[in-house]
Amino acid sequence: MSTATKPPTAPKPAKKARPPKAVESQRSRAETNLARKLVAPAIVLMLLVTAFPMLRALYLSLFSYSLTAPDDREFVGLSNYVTALSDKLFWQDTGNTVLIMLVTVFFELVIGFAFALVMHRLIFARGVVRTSILIPYGVITVVSGFAWQFAFSNNNGFVNGWLPFIGDDFNWFAQYDSSMIAIMASEIWKTTPFMSLLLLAGLAQISEDMIEAAKVDGATWFQRLFKVILPNMRGAIMVAVLFRALDAYRIFDNIFVMTAGANGTESISFLTYRQVVEQFQLGIGSALSVLLFLSVLVVAFVIVKVFRVNLADARQES
Amino acid sequence: MALTGKNKERAQRAGMGLGVALVLGWCLLPVVWIVSLSFKSQAAVTNGSPGFLPADGGGAGFDNYRQVLQDGDFLLAIRNSAVVSLSATILSVAIATLAAYAIARLEFKGKKFVLTTALVIAMFPVVSLVGPLFDMWRTVGLYDTWYGLIIPYISFTLPLAIWTLSAFFREIPWEMEQAAQVDGATAWQAFRKVIVPLAAPGVFTAAILTFFFAWNDFVFGISLTSTENARPIPAALSFFVGADPFNRPASLLAAGAVVATVPIVVLVLFFQRKIVAGLTAGAVKG
Repeated sequence: MSTATKPPTAPKPAKKARPPKAVESQRSRAETNLARKLVAPAIVLMLLVTAFPMLRALYLSLFSYSLTAPDDREFVGLSNYVTALSDKLFWQDTGNTVLIMLVTVFFELVIGFAFALVMHRLIFARGVVRTSILIPYGVITVVSGFAWQFAFSNNNGFVNGWLPFIGDDFNWFAQYDSSMIAIMASEIWKTTPFMSLLLLAGLAQISEDMIEAAKVDGATWFQRLFKVILPNMRGAIMVAVLFRALDAYRIFDNIFVMTAGANGTESISFLTYRQVVEQFQLGIGSALSVLLFLSVLVVAFVIVKVFRVNLADARQES
Repeated sequence: MALTGKNKERAQRAGMGLGVALVLGWCLLPVVWIVSLSFKSQAAVTNGSPGFLPADGGGAGFDNYRQVLQDGDFLLAIRNSAVVSLSATILSVAIATLAAYAIARLEFKGKKFVLTTALVIAMFPVVSLVGPLFDMWRTVGLYDTWYGLIIPYISFTLPLAIWTLSAFFREIPWEMEQAAQVDGATAWQAFRKVIVPLAAPGVFTAAILTFFFAWNDFVFGISLTSTENARPIPAALSFFVGADPFNRPASLLAAGAVVATVPIVVLVLFFQRKIVAGLTAGAVKG
């Protein structure tokens, strides 16, 4: 609020020295004022629903606080964090989340890029393909979770029947490994199209001349792909990976629907949800919320760093 | 080198056909599967029917759909989702339009702050807000109400709407507004007749994307509601257990899922071009 209404007082006297500039700065000050009024509702709402609750979570995380016994609320300092960080479950769930993020983003990138190449070169059926590619994006995540859960089910699914090397009565949801595969399959199915659309936009920005030139110089298809196309798409790839990785890191819906966290398939989001909504442990739940937020920041930081390093490498090569 | 020009073209065409088939198969297979499941009879599904098509599982015609549409809780959930998603969409897009206009057209200090805030919120792990919101909403009486969902939905769709809209607004030739005024139009006329028609497609796209988000949300839907008063359709589907809690009525659930998905898929089919433009404009140009 304060940024939206605060009048810019400091620069005024300095600029009064030259009259023509003062007129300009008056106009720009009016523009700034109008802009701030237009932007204020959006900023206020976003901060009210995210920044304020987050600060409150930070505060509550210092208390032993259960909604089932609100009167026993007690300041405990950082002990909720100690409890969370020394719990095996926390690290197991973080491990699951990281594993899901790495595997799904990798497959989405490879398959999504293949799809983008197909769509980029497409001469016929453009409309049909572009419409279909949006269908997984549009399907509710919960519904796609159900669709895949039933598909993998040994009772009424089709996956066992279609996969020749798997027995018809194999229960995918009876153990950890296969449960994770099923969860990741549904996540990859749902979000690969989104990835391919972002990559397609990146592909469209590469000049055809450059690819033609490489062709004339005798570069093979693979050389053109790795030396011309991919280096020029680094920006688009980074955006796509960043978006998808952060999205994958907060995975919740699929796991809730498909396994409900059974066989150790819980994600860190799921653990947080369980502490707060099912167990009413607001203190420890808030600590987990803060840790989740911090780990998302770490993931974002790492991705940005990794891509920068690659950029430098690419420059050294050429 | 063995390929002559004509053969090479033919091979390319075949490869392309294969590619298209793979893409279509990928996108449609699970959708066809859940539709197929929704037409199987419940008895056949519980007894085990690994087949893909309804014929293998004993066709049930529209029985499952009839049963779902007679379920009061399900209909209430659809109503909740419709009201909450539409309200959030309208408000979010209205607020985002103001902000995006300022970002695209005006020079002002703090522009970077707005865009950064939006980006951070777009990356925010939704679940980490569930705790504090759960607690706050219970205190102020917004828990398990429409408003309790509309407010977070607006806030979380704002970043997407702002980024998409400002990318669109940056492409609008704003000088045309002045040109119209020079030609004798009043400021309001110039805005309404020139800028509104140019901006409308962008606003519309942002609205569709926002609606997608709100309709798809599960985390808030499941944590900030407790009864059919406000529970949206994804949450309702996940609680749908049927008569026997140990045997989820798969085919009935599939019918419900199809009903819940139809509005979104219809939107996709109608506005395919706009959605693609919006998704990529917000992400790539931003």
